[in-house]
Amino acid sequence: MSRLRRFRLSRWLGQAAFLLFLLTVPAWAPNRFWINVASQALIFAIFAMSLDLLLGYAGMPSFGHAAFYAAGAYAGALWALHLSPDLLPLLSIGLIAGAFLALVGALALRARGIYFLMLTLAFAQVVWSVLSNNQLASVLGGDIGLIGVPRPVLPFAADVNLFRPANFYFLTLTVAAIVYIALAAVVASPFGHTLEGIRENEGRMESLGYPTFRYRLAAFIIAGALAGLAGMLGGSFNFSATPATAFWTTSGLAMIAVIMGGSRSLVGPAAGAIVVVLLQLGLSSLPARGLAERWQLLLGLVFIAVVLFLPGGLYGVLRRRAA
Amino acid sequence: MNLSTNSVTVRFGAVAALQNVSFKVASGERRAVIGPNGAGKTTLFDVITGQRRPTSGRVLLDDADVTGFSVWRRARLGLARTFQRSTLFANLTVAENLAIAIRSRLKVGSRIWPSRVEREVGAEVSSRLEMAGLPALRHRLAWRLGHGERRIVEIELALARDPRLLLLDEPMAGLSGAEREAAVTRLRALPEAVTVILVEHDLDVVFAIAQRVSVLDHGVLIADGTPVEIRANRRVQEVYLGGVD
Repeated sequence: MSRLRRFRLSRWLGQAAFLLFLLTVPAWAPNRFWINVASQALIFAIFAMSLDLLLGYAGMPSFGHAAFYAAGAYAGALWALHLSPDLLPLLSIGLIAGAFLALVGALALRARGIYFLMLTLAFAQVVWSVLSNNQLASVLGGDIGLIGVPRPVLPFAADVNLFRPANFYFLTLTVAAIVYIALAAVVASPFGHTLEGIRENEGRMESLGYPTFRYRLAAFIIAGALAGLAGMLGGSFNFSATPATAFWTTSGLAMIAVIMGGSRSLVGPAAGAIVVVLLQLGLSSLPARGLAERWQLLLGLVFIAVVLFLPGGLYGVLRRRAA
Repeated sequence: MNLSTNSVTVRFGAVAALQNVSFKVASGERRAVIGPNGAGKTTLFDVITGQRRPTSGRVLLDDADVTGFSVWRRARLGLARTFQRSTLFANLTVAENLAIAIRSRLKVGSRIWPSRVEREVGAEVSSRLEMAGLPALRHRLAWRLGHGERRIVEIELALARDPRLLLLDEPMAGLSGAEREAAVTRLRALPEAVTVILVEHDLDVVFAIAQRVSVLDHGVLIADGTPVEIRANRRVQEVYLGGVD
């Protein structure tokens, strides 16, 4: 068996084992707390995978991805608070809000590379300042945000109580699986290959007849929509939508997850997101006083170590061992 | 596809890279553009493809003004070019590089679900690799290619668009004798309807492919004629063919 085929087989087995692991979390998790951690990790994984489409595949280093997450969180919260907690409209609202804000943020597509990064960052900070503006508190809740957001209600199964951690966990797992499958199909499609061509050499793509701006816009909107979906779930999970979700640190954590896990693989960023959530939890509950408050510093150190010693991230190590 | 530029001027500040260049190439013609380094040959290509807007003047393709057209729209009209410095998609395989060009021609690069057309694309990739004599390199990442291989893939990428006007910017630079011969054979085998414009320093290649030769010097078109006329042209000998000093 060739090494590549062995890699594919072991990747398939790895994915199957991982799915089994995810499916059984509520069965062996010691208590509700850990089920909630798992939900949080999966929501963050959806967010990180959506960023990977931009960062890993299209080569667009968005540092403002949190804005789209927040858009989904706020839109979902407003909808659930004022209109209805039905799941399907809520999921659509998350997607639409993210996509719509991405259309606004598409101004940043004029720039490339580091300039794109700075523009997306600035855009997200503007969104954050609007959300935390107390003059808009009657609608958006100001710096407190929107609180008391109800959990969604399932269609055809309204009696399934999503306030129970295990039930909500299965909802996030289902959405995460669908997002993963959809993104995997997208990156394997002609459109996905076109994005990779743009990442490698945009000028050459234009010479070959590709209107690259449209493709970058489409990628930005898809990624924004999926980030909005993650945000909507995050808002439901936390019973709230807060301005902090739009802050640059949220974008930074997603970038860390993508790069640490290994960009351009979807699986890597998802795993990276889980690692980041666990690290955040572990580091911020360190017994030594002072250290726990500096969990971001410690996370940064771990990140630097991964970048230095495991180029290509966690997934990159597996890929290289196969190559 | 025929091409003409009407008094095209390109200025970089005080320097004129092209001055009042009116350049006409008939449909199906094989034309070479020669001239010393810095004569404006690549700038001329950039103006034709739309990578650079002229300071003044117009560009016409098939007698239609395309001066305001973007690079990709001109490409879709049937324009393809190769670059002096290879511009392959470095982290993609040779097959993926070609597939991108083929999908562009078939206008299927935006399909978001894996479609049946991909099988067609794969088959064409195979046949093109065969024609170019590169089937063994199918899965090689482009950045791992040798210099000569890279130049050949560069040409194949442009050919995969089935262009009606092909611009080749020093396609033979750095190729070995055998590689050169193979490339010349490949280019001579192009359908007669294809217009080819070639920038090349190797005059043997120029005279093997081109029916007419244009000479640029300091951004000015100084001569235009058959290879025999150009060889005999005194002014050309002075500036280019290393004649009188």
